Amino acid sequence: MRGRVAIAGVGLAGCGEAPGWSETEIAAAAAKKALADAGITARDVDGLVIASTNIFMSGLALAEHMGIRPKFTESTMVGGSSFVGHLIPAALALDAGLCDVVLVAYGSNQRTGVGRAEAGKYKMALDPQVFEHPYKPFNPPTSYALAAARHMHQYGTKREQLAEIAVAARKWAQLNPEAFAREPLSVEDVLKSRMVCDPLTVRDCCLVTDGGGAYVLTRADRAKAAPQKPAYLLGVGAAHWHRQISSMPDLTVTAATESGKRAYDMARLGPQDVDVLELYDAFTINTLLFLEDLGFCKKGEGGAFVSGGRIAPGGELPVNTNGGGLSCVHPGMYGIFLLVEAVRQLRGEGGARQVKGAQVALAHGNGGVLSSQITALLGTQETL
Amino acid sequence: MPPSGPEKQYLDKLAAGRFEIQRCAACAKHVFYPRVICPHCGSDQLAWVAPSGRGTVYSTTIVRRRPADGGDYNVCLVDLEEGVRLLSRVAGIAPEQVRIGMAVRARVAHNLVEFTPA
Repeated sequence: MRGRVAIAGVGLAGCGEAPGWSETEIAAAAAKKALADAGITARDVDGLVIASTNIFMSGLALAEHMGIRPKFTESTMVGGSSFVGHLIPAALALDAGLCDVVLVAYGSNQRTGVGRAEAGKYKMALDPQVFEHPYKPFNPPTSYALAAARHMHQYGTKREQLAEIAVAARKWAQLNPEAFAREPLSVEDVLKSRMVCDPLTVRDCCLVTDGGGAYVLTRADRAKAAPQKPAYLLGVGAAHWHRQISSMPDLTVTAATESGKRAYDMARLGPQDVDVLELYDAFTINTLLFLEDLGFCKKGEGGAFVSGGRIAPGGELPVNTNGGGLSCVHPGMYGIFLLVEAVRQLRGEGGARQVKGAQVALAHGNGGVLSSQITALLGTQETL
Repeated sequence: MPPSGPEKQYLDKLAAGRFEIQRCAACAKHVFYPRVICPHCGSDQLAWVAPSGRGTVYSTTIVRRRPADGGDYNVCLVDLEEGVRLLSRVAGIAPEQVRIGMAVRARVAHNLVEFTPA
């Protein structure tokens, strides 16, 4: 599959706060921008992909809204990683000739939308998870806190090291005019913030924003003729081993160990070849675990690895250059924003946060509670 | 098929004050939560057994909650000596006192399995 399809357009809409906007409307607004970026209109779309936590039959809803009559519709829902995972069926459909232009879109009004608490109650009633919910985990933070606590116990990882991850994300966000949280943040600020679930404070946790994103995927030949420099899909791999945190075999090792290897193998690349990383940082512990599991440092050494600003602007390894879910945007499912930022970096559109000469970008999606892991490697024309 | 699935069977046992887990007759591994097929080998030969109740805290957190809403509480993962893991809580001590590696013992209270220091 290496190099057979490419992202030809990306777009964002409603990031931060979008009061008065429905989820489908935000997705459509982001889609409009991605289509314009690719130099096409909704009329050209014959494959549609969307996932939603709230909209029933979201593929039908968005197609109806935009006047698209797709030949191919996909709505796999594995949490926030979904939109990275959507690369797989979308690429297969394009490669098989089932369709020519796939639009992948997402929209959420999680921050300002009404009825969130109410929706939570209904979800709980329909899907009671009787082996966890009675103990009142405050999820997702509780599950990630359990992973962080175990990593600290097993490897001596320190809260200060987790805090460095939040600080690095904030420093990147300060270079990104579109980021939601840009005020200064220190390690001490993170440690002194309100504790949510020990050892994670509110600054170890991602933002809760509105927002939507979209990308257009086409076969490589078509992408080449599009107005923007294509970001080619070099490799993609998926893995999941559990849904609930109590079923995760080892809380210090994620299925990214497998998804990453699958993506690297397909791309015929390794961690040493990656110029810029976009890792799904719903919590600070995520970034640390994924750096380990994707081979950027050894298991257990993530805390030391992120110290001293290594992943911050000016550090050796650029991670989460838009500011991540911790400081840029996080409307419930962050996966699509990983790809949008990866594409922008490969095109050289990063402005003050641009990683010079970025040729290979890694986007790693996480879904559930460290559950679904999906890794994608994108590259410029030069990497083919 | 039996009149109810393994989840309801488990909950019915709990309501009667009994904590039981499954053991696979085919691969001899214990299974929790209760399932229709063994996640280790795929067999459907799962039988109920009473665990010893002895376990170890694998990880722990304190969920912070305003005093007006009931205050902080513990949520933890416990590994039973049979080799299965549960989400649960350690009762009877302050949440700050729950430690990874702590030996705990299961009990049934309020139709739930919870643990106390061993």
